[in-house]
Amino acid sequence: MSLIAFLGAIELGFIYGLVALGIFISFRILDFPDLTVDGSFPMGAAISAALIVAGYNPFLSTFIAILGGCLAGFVTAWLNVKLKILHLLASILTMIALYSINLRIMGRPNVALITEETVLTPFSNLAEYLGVSNYMLMPVVFFAFAVVVKFLLDWFLGSEIGLAMRATGSNSKMARANGIYDGKMILLGMAMANGLVAFAGAIFAQSQGSADVTMGVGVIVIGLASVIGGEALLSPKSIAKATLACILGSILYWLAVSLALNADFIGLEAQDLKLVTAILVALALVLPGSKFSKMFRRGAKS
Amino acid sequence: MIDVKDLKVTFNKGTVMETRALNGLSLNVPKGQFVCVIGSNGSGKSTLQNALSGEVSPESGKIIVDDIDIGNWPAPKRCGLIARVFQDPLAGSCENLTIEENMSLAYSRGRRRGIGRAISSNVRDEFREKLSRLDLGLENRLGDLMGLLSGGQRQAVSLLMASLQPSSLLMLDEHTSALDPRIAAFVMELTRDIVTENNLTTLMVTHSMRQALDYGDRTIMLHGGKVVLDVEGDARDGLEVPDLIQMFEKAHGEELSEDSLLLG
Repeated sequence: MSLIAFLGAIELGFIYGLVALGIFISFRILDFPDLTVDGSFPMGAAISAALIVAGYNPFLSTFIAILGGCLAGFVTAWLNVKLKILHLLASILTMIALYSINLRIMGRPNVALITEETVLTPFSNLAEYLGVSNYMLMPVVFFAFAVVVKFLLDWFLGSEIGLAMRATGSNSKMARANGIYDGKMILLGMAMANGLVAFAGAIFAQSQGSADVTMGVGVIVIGLASVIGGEALLSPKSIAKATLACILGSILYWLAVSLALNADFIGLEAQDLKLVTAILVALALVLPGSKFSKMFRRGAKS
Repeated sequence: MIDVKDLKVTFNKGTVMETRALNGLSLNVPKGQFVCVIGSNGSGKSTLQNALSGEVSPESGKIIVDDIDIGNWPAPKRCGLIARVFQDPLAGSCENLTIEENMSLAYSRGRRRGIGRAISSNVRDEFREKLSRLDLGLENRLGDLMGLLSGGQRQAVSLLMASLQPSSLLMLDEHTSALDPRIAAFVMELTRDIVTENNLTTLMVTHSMRQALDYGDRTIMLHGGKVVLDVEGDARDGLEVPDLIQMFEKAHGEELSEDSLLLG
């Protein structure tokens, strides 16, 4: 594997680490199987790209993209909490709706950002100033993004509201009996989770130079693979370790992908990526000791 | 003070499954009184508690706690006034949170939650002190997951949690019935101590007539969604289980086997 491929994998690992953190909130904290992410990831990309192309400040555009993701997560949670639609179905409905909405936002299936100023432009300028290559500096930048988000999330989950949110996902009856409005916690948590995913989508589009309406396909499975892989790696007991595991899992995933694609003797090509991911996740779910096995294998009891 | 007036609850209204769980139940409990509630299956014991806690909404009737009509309050809002311990030891705490996190959740009951730290060294000391009275060694295991504790330990901690904040009513829903006899006796003693210390108004549903006579100040029996028997004070002292059964039969003209109560 070349250095460029290696650093590219690290870079993707940090970006998708944000997705993994979002999925950690919905799946692990709230016990809410949320497929909205397949729509909120490209939504973040679409909003930021459309606004940047229209001449808005890239930081403002990215911020609005995050708000868009929050709204998407909120809608899914609202369908579940207020209209009592099954959580999985509620998230599928939002995901499908977002496909149309994302096309509307961009006005076409994809938007190029290559020539535009993005949130990464200042860092590219910095790289030029320092005399290092862009691909060397970018992993550091995304590392910083991921670390800041990780610590903010740790801080939040250690607060009274954060603990209330964790109780909601763990035992909602107990939560209500202790004065926690569990519905509000699900609305808040789902908004946070999808806001994070939209943020990842926005910076992914800006780093790749384009936003595409189909770029969200399978994000949920990649995110899950990261969360599961990270948990297998660290078997975290504390929140700080669990969020670290999400990011490490994501890096591990992209390194593995990069390795597999670069090893010609395996014969894998880029289009096999989603198949391989799906098989990996399926394997991870049936492995003994998987915390996810309880969540995804119930209803399939023999 | 708890004042329940003419409470009516019907399940599956308008269907063949229609069941009237509470049929105009009225009950007045003065402050600091410990009431034991008995009754057979379907007598309305659990529905009464669920109606008080807001998990079930009554068709009609009033629920007044400390002169406040809480009939329209959602369940989480009522928690500022009402603390609960459930029958299932697993229901009253979160197994994948630590002991101190569970206690912190109960510590915030009835208060507004903010972004302040859920656990500080001050509250940790307080939790440690509270836990040490249990004599179960839990004061040294604050960071352990709740799921590692036995049913009896979890129920004892749930009781402590219910008393971390003052409340106008403590509701115990057969909280010892899932425990083995030795642990059940331990939890009942703890219940008595905590209720006495905090002068808590208490409504304890129990499956055991013996328990209903041995503990508390007053025993009521529900039947068909109403209070059919209500004894306290001198009339209650020295009362035995057969007396209770006899009183019920006299009051209601219906035969009652002890089994049906035990099973309820």
